[in-house]
Amino acid sequence: MALLQISEPGQTAAPHQRKLAVGIDLGTTNSLVATVRSGTAETLPDTQGAHLLPSVVRYQKDALPQVGKIARQSAVTDPRNTISSVKRFMGRGLADICNGSAAIEYEFADGESAVPRIRTVAGDISPVEISAEILKTLKLRAEESLGDELTAAVITVPAYFDDAQRQSTKDAAHLAGLNVLRLLNEPTAAAVAYGLDKGSEGVHVVYDLGGGTFDISILRLNRGVFEVMSTAGNTALGGDDFDRAIAQWLLEQAGLDQAGLSAGQMRALLIESCRAKEALTDAETVEITLTDIEAGTQIWQGEFSREQLHVLIDPMIRQTLSACRRALRDADIESADIEDVVMVGGSTRTPRVRELIGDFFQCQPRVDIDPDKVVATGAAIQADILVGNKPDNEMLLLDVIPLSLGLETMGGLVEKVINRNTTIPSAKAQDFTTYKDGQTALAVHIVQGERELVSDCRSLARFELRGIPPMTAGAARIRVTFQVDADGLLSVTAREQISGVESTVQVKPSFGLTDNEIETMLRDSIDHAEGDVAARMLREQQVDADRILESVESAIAADGQLLASEEHARIEQAMASLRELRDHGDAQQVKQAVQALNEASTDFAARRMDAGIQSAMTGHKIDEF
Amino acid sequence: MQATDLSSNFFALFDLPVSFDIDLNALAECYRQAQRAVHPDKFANSSEAERRFSVQMAARVNEGYRILKDPLARARHMLEVLGVELDDMDTAFDGAFLMEQMELRERLADVKGSADPHQQLQTIAQNINAFGKTLTGQLAELLLAADVESLQQARVITRKLQFFRRLNEEVDALDDELSEF
Repeated sequence: MALLQISEPGQTAAPHQRKLAVGIDLGTTNSLVATVRSGTAETLPDTQGAHLLPSVVRYQKDALPQVGKIARQSAVTDPRNTISSVKRFMGRGLADICNGSAAIEYEFADGESAVPRIRTVAGDISPVEISAEILKTLKLRAEESLGDELTAAVITVPAYFDDAQRQSTKDAAHLAGLNVLRLLNEPTAAAVAYGLDKGSEGVHVVYDLGGGTFDISILRLNRGVFEVMSTAGNTALGGDDFDRAIAQWLLEQAGLDQAGLSAGQMRALLIESCRAKEALTDAETVEITLTDIEAGTQIWQGEFSREQLHVLIDPMIRQTLSACRRALRDADIESADIEDVVMVGGSTRTPRVRELIGDFFQCQPRVDIDPDKVVATGAAIQADILVGNKPDNEMLLLDVIPLSLGLETMGGLVEKVINRNTTIPSAKAQDFTTYKDGQTALAVHIVQGERELVSDCRSLARFELRGIPPMTAGAARIRVTFQVDADGLLSVTAREQISGVESTVQVKPSFGLTDNEIETMLRDSIDHAEGDVAARMLREQQVDADRILESVESAIAADGQLLASEEHARIEQAMASLRELRDHGDAQQVKQAVQALNEASTDFAARRMDAGIQSAMTGHKIDEF
Repeated sequence: MQATDLSSNFFALFDLPVSFDIDLNALAECYRQAQRAVHPDKFANSSEAERRFSVQMAARVNEGYRILKDPLARARHMLEVLGVELDDMDTAFDGAFLMEQMELRERLADVKGSADPHQQLQTIAQNINAFGKTLTGQLAELLLAADVESLQQARVITRKLQFFRRLNEEVDALDDELSEF
């Protein structure tokens, strides 16, 4: 047995080596950042003591954007430049957005790019850039309160986010200069925060209704392993929609037409609707006075009751119950099998939501952790583990993809390759052939969704496999492999088996930014920050270098016996050269040395993985040897 | 370069004998143990090569678990491993089975027009499950015998079960439609 190093609970053996990692909940309405300090996860407040950062960004002419509360204050007076609830637009095309109710609130630029851009005084801005502003603010907040540079972050996304929405979120983080350890599903993060690993085995439900998104996840817990059994949801349903329904009702009562309202008046009405909804959490009725903010005159005054609120929001809550039903079915369990139901997200403060969910699952929903903070807290716990601060932690999260992934086949039909609720990471291959004599190319169209017709699913990406040697129809063997990583992101490879012609895409969603666009934005943002591009690039490469050096060192320390002496020498040499360049080279040189070490240690990595799985499967613990 | 490919036989991957009779609790425990060893979360700070192998291996472990825990998928995988050709095109079914299928399909088509579609759908789902259960029982016996003749019969039954599986999917799709999901 190895000697153990004794340390206080919650402390690592070498505190000075502790890496700063945060969890970020990038919400529709509010965003938060949390970290683990002295063994407990806590959200970090700003200098005024506020934990919640309103997810609002205001763009200004010739000045940096404002983010948060200060931006929100301009929502009514400067509605076109003040963007709220941008999460609704992530990974979406203009057509999707125009179908929603947001189109009237902002002016969208007509551009050739597939990515919608909002027209502001500071130029046309994409949702990814707006989200990046929120992330930058949280990063700065964390670095100021923790007094050091962040190593990495876990960022949460709705479980029901599709590939395009996830990729956009990751792009925003990249743009904000964050090293993303993992995209974590919000309900799973909440389950972690509830510490459901501590003695509460069994099946748990997380019901997460936020400002703009809804998720339901069903998890089975077994000795620290969180196994998501199924998930369902709606990425365009949340408390915002409650507000909108109330606003609509108020307009009807006041005999007004939405078309006659200015953007500012509409904003004011939505704010009033939200206030009324919140007031009804405690009160039975609330008095509402509508004032014309521009003329300063009173338009309508009246009473709004809980009963009326229920009439307006019950259909939406029932929609969430349909999702709950499907999640139960997909998990193949009954309500009676469930230990408890955890409520997450600000909109679960609405008593009617708690009431109907309690009825549905026939239990009292748990609300013991602040529903606004629970997701960020869980993300912080996961970040702390992933960054390596708790090497002995047994927690493991096994999540699923929310929506099926497939390919377009003949006649506009979808052939599913990976079904929804498949545990990730996942890899599946499907064989196709050519349908014409002498066909030398194959178009691959990747879609996500449950419906049979391509036109009813979301188009993720298209690419072509070219250079297939001419053969008779049906002779070629084209294997298309889908791989979904632990972030839920897809990459696709197509390979003709006979000739070996291959084509790979990291799926870049049709409504996402291209790598070049992100690179340009990154450079621009560094220019604005008066930083030195070269210095930042070098810094990024050094972080990479440190990571691989540390990783290979610990791999050798743990499994050095798997190395032949020649191979060992080659790896040591690559490490020495990387160490040298890390301190004295430029970004490009460091990058190449990282690559060289990676290549030198690839065979070793494969052997370690094989040894790891074999010892796990045969039931022997490493320390038995 | 890829870590060793064990995908062709998931029984071997999970260090199990090739048998239909599996202790599902032991399988689940073995699965969790394997993910503790290979999951990408355990390699978040590792070299690019290790992270890549970790994703591949974790995906394979997930696929193996998915197949072994599901009786139909397990049966088909077992037949494959035992070298039974699974070519599905040339399966001949008995008349009774074809009648059952037709009747269930007709009832499914009539659900939307019925007085209580949810109730109707539930009854059909129960019927499908009952048929499935009977067939799975037969399958288990045949795969336990595992002689040439039994394996051929088992193949036909897995084919029948696939039809029921597809019906089940249609029931679910209809349920979603009725619930306006």
